[in-house]
Amino acid sequence: MNALPNTAGVPLWMVAELTYRCPLHCPFCSNPVDFAKVQSELSTEEWFRVLAEARALGAVQLGLTGGEPLSRPDLERLVAEAHRLGFYTNLITSGVGLNETRMRALKEAGLDHVQLSFQDSTRELNDFLSSTRTFELKRRVATLIKAHGFPMVMNCVIHRLNIDHVDRIIDLALEIGAEYLELANTQFYGWADLNRAQLLPTREQLERSEAVVAGYRQRIGNRLRILYVISDLYETRPKRCMNGWGSTFMVVAPDGLVMPCHAARMLPGINLPSVRDASLAQIWLDSPAFNRFRGDHWMPEPCRSCPEKTKDLGGCRCQAYLLTGDVGATDPVCDKSPLHSKVLEIINGPRPLRPAIERPLVFRTPENSSRLLADATQPCD
Amino acid sequence: MDNPVPLSRASYPRIAPLYRFQWEAAQNAFVLLFPEGMVQLNVAAGEILRRCDGKLSAGEIIADLRVAFQSDAIDADVEAFLRSATDDGWVEWRDGVTP
Repeated sequence: MNALPNTAGVPLWMVAELTYRCPLHCPFCSNPVDFAKVQSELSTEEWFRVLAEARALGAVQLGLTGGEPLSRPDLERLVAEAHRLGFYTNLITSGVGLNETRMRALKEAGLDHVQLSFQDSTRELNDFLSSTRTFELKRRVATLIKAHGFPMVMNCVIHRLNIDHVDRIIDLALEIGAEYLELANTQFYGWADLNRAQLLPTREQLERSEAVVAGYRQRIGNRLRILYVISDLYETRPKRCMNGWGSTFMVVAPDGLVMPCHAARMLPGINLPSVRDASLAQIWLDSPAFNRFRGDHWMPEPCRSCPEKTKDLGGCRCQAYLLTGDVGATDPVCDKSPLHSKVLEIINGPRPLRPAIERPLVFRTPENSSRLLADATQPCD
Repeated sequence: MDNPVPLSRASYPRIAPLYRFQWEAAQNAFVLLFPEGMVQLNVAAGEILRRCDGKLSAGEIIADLRVAFQSDAIDADVEAFLRSATDDGWVEWRDGVTP
């Protein structure tokens, strides 16, 4: 069996989470549930340094996200600097705060592309899931994006409450003129993990939606490219974690912590480095956190001797931790995992018949985040 | 296809506006960038696409590449690449003429 290399690749993709502030309160948000404890955001100058260091390491795709990146008044300056450095800049936004003035300034700053989120194709469910009245605003923002000649990705997180609307969500993407549609089935980390019982679709729903997507792809061809990512839990082999832990991606959090994936902040025993203490090159190449799951030295059986380890690299570390309690375990999505039964219990277990009614969703709000933090730190009696 | 439609050497290919083409020193390669994605180009693809600036016709590009690669046997390969790049949406053609 060949050993996988332990060396770092080029971090082609950098995700800059500019802030955890967000006007939306989606119950499947990928931000950490304890985001309320993060107070000190990187300054404009700190981000300039991070961007330059990332570019020097070979990063070329830059995702500007959050929270809502438009909450940062210096967004236009950050885009201009990233553009000057040669990044391809992607603004990943809810649309809230994107008016004509800012749109024009972003265009002048050299922004390349806008990814606009919807939570559903209907005003009622979009507004319920985001706890806002933003559906009409998002439609106006879509018109604005196209009027300024940006390529547009429409993103919609898919789950039990909206998966039966996939056809209408695709129609909406066609109507607003998106070039790409990302239908991302909820992955159950962070807020989504708290709401898993309400959000995990049934296998029947998933199969129906896959058939709908296949039908549309045949009919509409290249006019709209649909990326359809199904939930890991219904697979029998895991996905690579972000193309491999520390291989392609790095995420810089609002307070400067650098993570191999969006959810890594919750993993115990991993001391995430900060751009406030070290250069990105030191972090990417030398930090224990980024080296922890490179190669295969960390793998337990059945991964270590498995011929498929070069494909999935042992799967997702966050999923392994959430479902088994061990961050170094084989991803239990794999049916070779001795703990695969944990996944079967979830997908075959009892489900609420009326998900969001029998058990209310926990929305992503600063208040809920503070409450969850307080619960987590309460001493046991 | 047994008899592909001959590519119009008189029309002008250029990189489609959805894509950005640039040299990446860290990868030692030309790349095509698009929303949330990237294609790393091999040497030949990079040399063809860097000439697709809308100012050179397909015929002029082929003539130029014959010199660059010191070979007269590249026409079919270049045409095949331009055809597939057009199908992929990387390249579009001025005057509405497509191969």
